[in-house]
Amino acid sequence: MDTRVLQEYLPIFAEAFLLTVKIGLAGVALAFVIGILGAFIRYFKLPLLSEAVKGYVELFRNTPLLVQLFFIYYGLPVMGIRISAEICGIVGLGLLGGSYMTESIRSGLEAVPVIQTESALSLGMTRSQTFLSVILPQAFSLSVPALVANVIFLLKETSVFSAISLMDLMFTAKDLIGLYYNTTESLFLLVVFYTVMLLPVSFVGSIAEKRSRFKMFGD
Amino acid sequence: MEEILKVEKLTKRYEDITVLENVSFSVKKGEVLVIVGPSGCGKSTLLRCINGLEDIQDGKVSIEGKTGMVFQSYELFPHMTVLQNLMLAPLKVQKRDKGEVMKEAEQLLERVGLSSKKNNYPRQLSGGQKQRVAIVRALIMHPEVLLFDEVTAALDPEMVREVLDVILDLATQHKTMLIVTHEMNFARAIADRVIFLEGGSIMEDTTPEEFFDAPRSERAKRFLSTFEYKKKE
Repeated sequence: MDTRVLQEYLPIFAEAFLLTVKIGLAGVALAFVIGILGAFIRYFKLPLLSEAVKGYVELFRNTPLLVQLFFIYYGLPVMGIRISAEICGIVGLGLLGGSYMTESIRSGLEAVPVIQTESALSLGMTRSQTFLSVILPQAFSLSVPALVANVIFLLKETSVFSAISLMDLMFTAKDLIGLYYNTTESLFLLVVFYTVMLLPVSFVGSIAEKRSRFKMFGD
Repeated sequence: MEEILKVEKLTKRYEDITVLENVSFSVKKGEVLVIVGPSGCGKSTLLRCINGLEDIQDGKVSIEGKTGMVFQSYELFPHMTVLQNLMLAPLKVQKRDKGEVMKEAEQLLERVGLSSKKNNYPRQLSGGQKQRVAIVRALIMHPEVLLFDEVTAALDPEMVREVLDVILDLATQHKTMLIVTHEMNFARAIADRVIFLEGGSIMEDTTPEEFFDAPRSERAKRFLSTFEYKKKE
């Protein structure tokens, strides 16, 4: 491996890294917002909306991100809606992630036994007090492992952004390989930067898992 | 004495299964009513109808004031400490002063011998301790009627006593209580009145002495005989 090439490529990869992180985090944030809304709608069985969320989840969980991105990036302009590649990436990741987050949060909510709600209601608490003080904190603890897994999965999925000409890590690596044939160096940096991006997430995630697990189960 | 709870012609159905049929009785202030009967006779459902956890298909339940309920499975909130469990509803529902609630919580905990556990989480307590906390959590809301739904059924035998002692203590303070239990000796000791429920209907409504010593119905006799053991000759 040629260290001069590595040095030369480093700033290019660093720039791609920042873009990947930026779009990745924005997409994850959007996924959380969609997931929380979707899960609440499903948990409270809001008429019609609940069915709509169910349809959305099935559609986005069962199609590849690449297909979703193509649809958003190439399909929407046909209908007269034009958005930038960055927004497209964020929206695509957010919609895919939202479907996973909806299911993770919903299953956490539903894992809290009904009798906990009854217990709170017996103390005279209202439905909303019960939900906010009793159900939600427990559901969150139960959902943490799934949420962490989703975040890691989504950040890795950013690698398909290259297909819509976003200059992310994957795009940069492929581009440089195509131009200069420095395959080893490019792939090496690619692995390093993905690891740098995901290790902290994984680390923070496992702390969050341990904490929430301790709070609920004491081990 | 004044009636604090009145159940009139209560009927509860789940779809086409009738769980309670035409149940009527009333409870006076300070009275301890024990409800016994075989599994599936509707005892727990009756308590759940009284505190509004179940809708009813016919009849009426009227209560002077609020009820408090203690469940078989304790149902403490696992993400909160003992003190937080006790203070949640007084602060959120009754909007009481925090210092005053904390003082009362500590006094009540002391009364049930759990002062040292106030900052522990439910998972750090034994079943008997959890159930005593659950009783305090109901008490601190100052309900007019306390409902106990088989509160010792999930406990190891050596922990049953500590929970029943707390309830006996409440009886001496003249709390109005409805107690569903399978502990017949306890029922006899604490009851002012016994209701025997079978198949969703009241079969007997009488004094503990009469119910346990001279039950009138064949069904009650058969039920009571299941608690007696005799070696076959």
